[in-house]
Amino acid sequence: MSKRSLDGLAGVGMCALSGSVFAEWEINLPEPVSPVTREIFGLHMLTATIALVIMIIVTAVIVYALWKFRKSAGYEADQNFHKGWFGNWAWVLVPVVVLGIDMSVAGKATKVFDLVEDTTPPDMTLKVIGSQWKWTYEYMDDGIRLVSNLNRDRKTDDPLYLHDVDNPVVLPINTRIRLLHTATDVLHAWWVPALAYKKDAIPGYINETWTIIEKEGTYRGQCAEICGGGHAFMPIVIKAVSKEKYAAWVQEKKLAAAAALAEADSAKVWGKDELYAKGEGIYRTNCVGCHQINGQGIPNVFPALAGSKIATGDVKAHLHIVTHGKPGTAMAAWGKQLNDLEIASVITYERNAWGNDTGDAVQPADVKAAR
Amino acid sequence: MSTEAIHDEHHDHKPSGIGRWLFSTNHKDIGTMYLVFALVMLFLGGASAMLLRAELFEPGLQILDPDTYNNLLTNHALLMVFGVVMPAAAGMANWMIPMMIGAPDMALPRLNNLSFWLLPFAALMLTMSMVVPHLPGGGTPINTGWTLYPPLSLQAGMGMDFAIFTLHILGISSIMASINIVTTIVNMRAPGMTWFKLPLFVWAWLLTGLLLIMIMPVLAGGVTMLLFDRHFGTAFFDAAGGGDPVLFQHLFWFFGHPEVYVLLLPSIGMLGMVVPTFSRKPLFAYKPLVYSMICLTALGMVVWAHHQYTVGMSQAVTTYFMIGTILISIPVGYMLFSFIFTMWRGSMTFETPMLFAVAIVLMFSFAGVTGVMLAVVPADLQYHDTYFVVAHFHYALIPGALFGIYAGVFYWLPKWTGHMYDERLGKIFFWWTTISFNLTFFVQHFVGLAGMPRRISDYSPVFTRFNEISSIGAFAFGASHLLFLWIIIKTVRGGKKAGAKPWEGSQVGTPGLEWTLPSPPPFHSFSTPPMVK
Repeated sequence: MSKRSLDGLAGVGMCALSGSVFAEWEINLPEPVSPVTREIFGLHMLTATIALVIMIIVTAVIVYALWKFRKSAGYEADQNFHKGWFGNWAWVLVPVVVLGIDMSVAGKATKVFDLVEDTTPPDMTLKVIGSQWKWTYEYMDDGIRLVSNLNRDRKTDDPLYLHDVDNPVVLPINTRIRLLHTATDVLHAWWVPALAYKKDAIPGYINETWTIIEKEGTYRGQCAEICGGGHAFMPIVIKAVSKEKYAAWVQEKKLAAAAALAEADSAKVWGKDELYAKGEGIYRTNCVGCHQINGQGIPNVFPALAGSKIATGDVKAHLHIVTHGKPGTAMAAWGKQLNDLEIASVITYERNAWGNDTGDAVQPADVKAAR
Repeated sequence: MSTEAIHDEHHDHKPSGIGRWLFSTNHKDIGTMYLVFALVMLFLGGASAMLLRAELFEPGLQILDPDTYNNLLTNHALLMVFGVVMPAAAGMANWMIPMMIGAPDMALPRLNNLSFWLLPFAALMLTMSMVVPHLPGGGTPINTGWTLYPPLSLQAGMGMDFAIFTLHILGISSIMASINIVTTIVNMRAPGMTWFKLPLFVWAWLLTGLLLIMIMPVLAGGVTMLLFDRHFGTAFFDAAGGGDPVLFQHLFWFFGHPEVYVLLLPSIGMLGMVVPTFSRKPLFAYKPLVYSMICLTALGMVVWAHHQYTVGMSQAVTTYFMIGTILISIPVGYMLFSFIFTMWRGSMTFETPMLFAVAIVLMFSFAGVTGVMLAVVPADLQYHDTYFVVAHFHYALIPGALFGIYAGVFYWLPKWTGHMYDERLGKIFFWWTTISFNLTFFVQHFVGLAGMPRRISDYSPVFTRFNEISSIGAFAFGASHLLFLWIIIKTVRGGKKAGAKPWEGSQVGTPGLEWTLPSPPPFHSFSTPPMVK
């Protein structure tokens, strides 16, 4: 088959596949917005078209045979069919034809693979860290850190249910972005079909992919490697903006981070209500994945905090488990990820929410002492 | 009744009572037990699939919490692979291989007994793995999927230990069964039964047995290392202790990929019996078909890492696995080609086994072409871990393994029971199950491409439509098996008498020793070896 006619077939196939109007009848990969996903899309359409053509031929041959060589039509079996020239040489013929198809697919595939593995120096690097069950993003060039959680306010009839987050990743368009993938606990996989193919996030590994986003917009994806009970609940949202808007966003984030740092380092003694309000936000970002919004946890899986011994007993034990984690369980050591003020507020929140009326107000200084 | 049959019955000293089954060393009785066990497991594995599909019927969590969903998902796979397809194929091997090669029984009858009787205990252990998480101190359910990847499997509770020991017991059972089958085929052939006169089913099982002996120890080693990481302070798979989580994936898939051919080959062998029978002419290209099965077995051992394209292997290694995997299309393509050209210029009739055979050739071809799509690395970086993969392997394993077993059951039920099954019901079962199967899994290709990852308990409403179709299909598919059960019960209890040779076209091309025995065959197959010309 000539290349031209193949392309023609691919075109027909593509029209048929992308003709759907409604998102819920979507039957193909989304429209690619980066060079690498575009090449992959082309490869996908090529192999899909070859698959379609092979299936049409196989089906036609079988249907013809079933119709033509049925006993009810009085057809007598040809007992010597397998002894003729066809029977003697088919074992050469078939592998040669199949090998030919295979090699044309593999040829195109290795070319696209070279592009996938292209390691041209990037303009910026984004480190993507998977944990149960949220994504943490580190903008390596600007020192910005972002935690992105499922937006739990969306209900099941909302088209964005399970496809929306509290903090989307903001990225500039027309910029070569290197993505580094790793995980803190179990395997995850960061996948945004329109612009970023999969590479697993593996604890102890740093995997690398790249992309150049060519169009402003919001792109969605989700975790693609089973990571426990919350696997379905860690979506990814990318907001691709112009370079100027991106620079402004970076500036704003840097200022906010500096302000937060100054606040945490100040010697101020905080009131319980201030800490409680701050703590609620931090709890929602970091803790709800396991302990749930109502502090009830998941029976037999994640412990409840409402009325628990730790959250209502000795403050020191509470500080210790939050700062150092609990080895052998999913409970992470938050000491490295949150500053003193953040830990103080989230503990204050946990000790006063859901009927845990201890009245405690834990100060940043207490956290510093406990580290 | 012919004098010959009376004569045979006279010599049948069947033990009676429960002892006949508990202490059985008879290949037919053990074969029957294997088949009954597989049927029971089919309903358990099917029931778990029904629960999964019910949960996925619409967005939101309605009947299962995510961990229970994942636990059922894991058990569905383990039950179907280790509880249904492997025992059913082993049951058929037990029943048919001695009769096909002209042997009195299996080579190692007591080993045969042990390898079966380990299975119910393995099933019990697997059931326990689902129960213990709900007991105090049981910990998290197994929420990893059947691949049991660490570090997630290190987090899980006591259920995981039960699953690990289940796999150990199952591994011992299949290694023993395989040694028995290989030994039987090598040593017990009737005089004149040369290698290239063996029925294709026997060849398929010879290769399956050899594969199992090679791969099961690797799985056992992998899960043992997992057990040590969990309880004895080792760090094989824990990066924090200097281990490597990806090492387990290599060990698992070194077993896992050939395992696919373990599930597939016996059914390919079954096709090699069914298609010539109902086409009334010999298999097209028997010898190349045997060589392509050998080639498939060898290639299947060295392509495992195509399940792990996304873990970050080097480009050179990944390219090797891609080329190796694409080359598998050659032997598989040749097999399907042979079956199509066995039908070509035949004189075909379409009894239930043949209907299944035709459907298998078509649907398995489809799994083959989506398999080549998945083998292509850059494209797989999009397909990987989506419903596209789920659809692909269900198209490979349901037609490729399960429907092959159904074809075999309908083909050999008259031989086993002495009664013809109800052809009309058989055909209804075929159409019902094939249509609902396609309804269930065809649309999953689309929803996978549209971005739905596999192994999620809840999904965004953009995926609702196809999931509804899939669930409806799945319920119909599940329900069709009640008819299957009824047909089998009805055939065992009675029906039109089947002669020694119930199918007009049986015995074409192969020695067909099994058809020289009456239906049902005597308790001991061949006391004096038949001569094969």
